[in-house]
Order: sequence, then structure tokens, then C-alpha cells
Amino acid sequence: MEKIETANAEALRRLLSGDPVLVDVVPAGEAIKGLGKHHILHAGPPISWERMCGPLRGAIMGIAVFEGWAKDLKDGAAQAEAGAFRFEPNHHYDAVGPMTGITTLSQPVLVIENRSFGNRAYCAINEGLGKVMRFGGNDAEVLARLAWLRDTLGPALGRAVRETGGIPLKPIIARGLAMGDEMHQRNVACSSLLLRILAPALARTSKDGEVLARCLDFIGKNDQFFLNVAMAMSKALTDPARGIEGSSVVTAMCRNGTDFGIRVSGTGDTWFTAPVEMPVGLYFPGYTAKDANPDMGDSAIVETVGLGAFAMAAAPAVVGFIGAGPASGAAAFTRAMGEITARSNPEWTIPMLDGLGVPTGIDIRRVVETGIVPSINTGIAHREPGVGQVGAGVVKAPMPCFTQALETFAAKLGVVC
Amino acid sequence: MATEDNMAASKRATSLLDGPPRVINVGLERFADDLAAHGTTVQHVRWVPPAGGDARLADLLSKLGS
Repeated sequence: MEKIETANAEALRRLLSGDPVLVDVVPAGEAIKGLGKHHILHAGPPISWERMCGPLRGAIMGIAVFEGWAKDLKDGAAQAEAGAFRFEPNHHYDAVGPMTGITTLSQPVLVIENRSFGNRAYCAINEGLGKVMRFGGNDAEVLARLAWLRDTLGPALGRAVRETGGIPLKPIIARGLAMGDEMHQRNVACSSLLLRILAPALARTSKDGEVLARCLDFIGKNDQFFLNVAMAMSKALTDPARGIEGSSVVTAMCRNGTDFGIRVSGTGDTWFTAPVEMPVGLYFPGYTAKDANPDMGDSAIVETVGLGAFAMAAAPAVVGFIGAGPASGAAAFTRAMGEITARSNPEWTIPMLDGLGVPTGIDIRRVVETGIVPSINTGIAHREPGVGQVGAGVVKAPMPCFTQALETFAAKLGVVC
Repeated sequence: MATEDNMAASKRATSLLDGPPRVINVGLERFADDLAAHGTTVQHVRWVPPAGGDARLADLLSKLGS
């Protein structure tokens, strides 16, 4: 249908012509309009406290204590149960968050500006590995780290980023793909490339050598530091492609540990949801699939722009880490995703595929027609609150999201069976 | 003229029987795997019915130009 092809061409033009730049790091309350007290943004499509999974509840209890809204975790849970908090998706506020994806007033957020379109997107700073709030952690160690991010690293990063005048991200992604990153479960190269740019600016803007050393140490020891940058970048790239009448291109994929949700350009901001699936992957010593929580996080926004599992061919080393078969099978993931996307991205190419660009622009028609659903590389959280990450794997987006979207999309265009 | 065409087609068809089988397998990959395991040259084509065989969705897709 010509109307759809024209609309999709426009969606791809907007997706591919974005110019995402890391421009600042500021408290969420300053950056995100409408974010107030007792207001908690979370990953995935909308969900009530009653339907939330263990890790998401654990993170909410922890953040309520961190923000001073609850005296302890038990009080946080009781207040949540009593309706004292307002829960909304990050996506409704131009933001994203990994795993539980909690965003509240005082957390510092990375600010990405898409200079081609003028929109901004936000994501909190990556907390590192181990027991962390994004995996449902909420003890004193987790809250102390959040306080250090709020009081020390966040302001230091803000000063450094402003000192650089902004850090263009597309070139970092392009180099990272050539260095073995797929920007979801492997961010070793991009984290290092970003630190090379940030380190001199951090040094120039720091007044305390010990604080500077701790900031550099924290970033340098966190292989996933860039993940949150890549997520906010992807959100900044996809948002201008929202709301194009007649476009069947997916503009968001996310999960909250209970439901998986997608948005499609031509159907506006409607969520199409289905029960989220369990990741298939490898578990850390001492854990099994019985410990795992169903998939969660806004991080599938990186797959929405062609990274993560869609760029698996660039990152054969990650295939073994997430238990997705032999490294030689990495290209098969990228080729399969090429079956359901509109085109490849000429700016983000994969050397192992002779310079083929990452597959970009998921078309719901192609997903339903071929039966191939998007693959997503993901971390696996323990199902109980407060434990943290127990593994990593690959999860499939549920097909019912795409069939529902197709039916609504067709009805909007006046197409019926 | 028609006779010459028929003869050419017949010759091409016969040539398929002259050498070892060369197979294009469409759909179920297991058939291709079994042939390959017996040393047969086989090219597998991944194919499934549109929309997993759901006639209503397939109809919708055809109207949407997929």
C-alpha cells in the first residue's frame, strides 16, 4: 500500500537522520517536566502495584526510602499498597530505564539531545554490577551507592559533559560495533571510548583529586556504563518517528517484568501488550532458571534502533556470555532481524558482515507475516526483591503484541477483512 | 516452433535425471537435514505460511501490501 510505504520511508528518514548528543547530567526533577514527589517512573508499559513482579516492587520500596518518602522498606511497601505513590512508565516522560528502570526526582539523569529534531531523552546513570536497584536490590549498600551517584558522580559528570560542549554519540556507536560491542549486553568498547573523552573533562572540572579518582575508577570498572547512554540515545532517536500516520514501524519495545509492550508509529502512543516471556540464557554459579524473573526493562529500546540482538554479528563474544549458542552463530541473529526490518543503517555497519548496516525499523507487517519476532539480549533478575542479577540471556518479543498492533493499525487505515 | 520448444523443455527435464539429485527444499528444514546427511546437495529455503497459516491475518496483510 503506497500510503504505508511513504509513511515508513519518512519514519526511517527520521530514525536514521537523528544526531544524538550527550549534553548534560542533571537531577531528574530538573530535567523531566511533570515529575513530582511520590511520583515513580518505571520500566515497561503501565502497570499497577498489584501486578508488579518482585524485583520491581523491591526497587520501589528502596527508592521510597532513598527519596525520604518512607521510613523503611516495609513502610515503602505499605504506602505503595495504599496508593501513596503515582506509578507511570518512563516512556511517558521521554525517559527510559534498564531492568526495573526506576526514575525519581533526585536521581541524576543523562540528558541526550537529538540535535536534528530538538527533542531530549533521559536515563539514570548505570549503577554497575552486583546488587543494584535496577535488579531489585534495595539494601543499605544499594541506597548508599545511589546517594553517591546523586551527590558526587552525577554533579561531576554534569560539569564534565558541559565542559566538552556535548559528546556526539553516533561515532562512538560506529566504532563500538567495530570493536565487538552490540550496546546491550556488551558495552566494553563504548564505555572505554566514552571514558577517553570524559576523563580529561572530569580532571579539568574536578577540585578534589580523590573524588576524581573515585569517579574514574567507578566508570572504568563498569563495562556496562555505556548501556544507559545507549538507551537514552535510542529513545532520543526513536521519539521523532512517533505518530506518523500510516507507518507500521515500531517506535518502542519495553517490559515491566509482567507485560511486554510495543508502540507503533501509525497508532500513536497506544501500548500493545502481552505477557512477557522468560529469557533463555546462562546463570551465574548457584542460580538456575527457577530463580529467574520474567524479562524486564526499557533496554529493548536499543534493539528498536537496530542494536543489541539485532547487531549480534558485531559481538560474537557476547553470544557465549548470554548462552545463545556458538559465536559463529552470531550473524544468524542479525540476518533474521533483517527479515523483519525496513532497511539497514549505513552509519552503523558490521565488519563481519562485509560492512552491512544494522537492521533498522521493525515493521509489524513483516513480523506477523514471517512469524519472526524481535530477539532481545537481556540481563536476568532474581524473582525475589533485593537479590539482584542472576544471569544473562536472550528473550523473544511476544507475537500477540504485533498481531494486536496490526489489527488496530489496519482498522485505523480503514482496512478490514 | 511449438515442437522445438517442447523438445527443449523435455531435454532440460531429462537432464535433471542424468546426474546426482540437486534439491531445493522449501519449508520444513528437517527434510533438508536428512538429505544432507545422506550426501545429497540441498539448498534449504526457509518458508512458512504467511501469518503462521492464520487466513484472516494473511488476508489483512495482503491488503496492507505486505
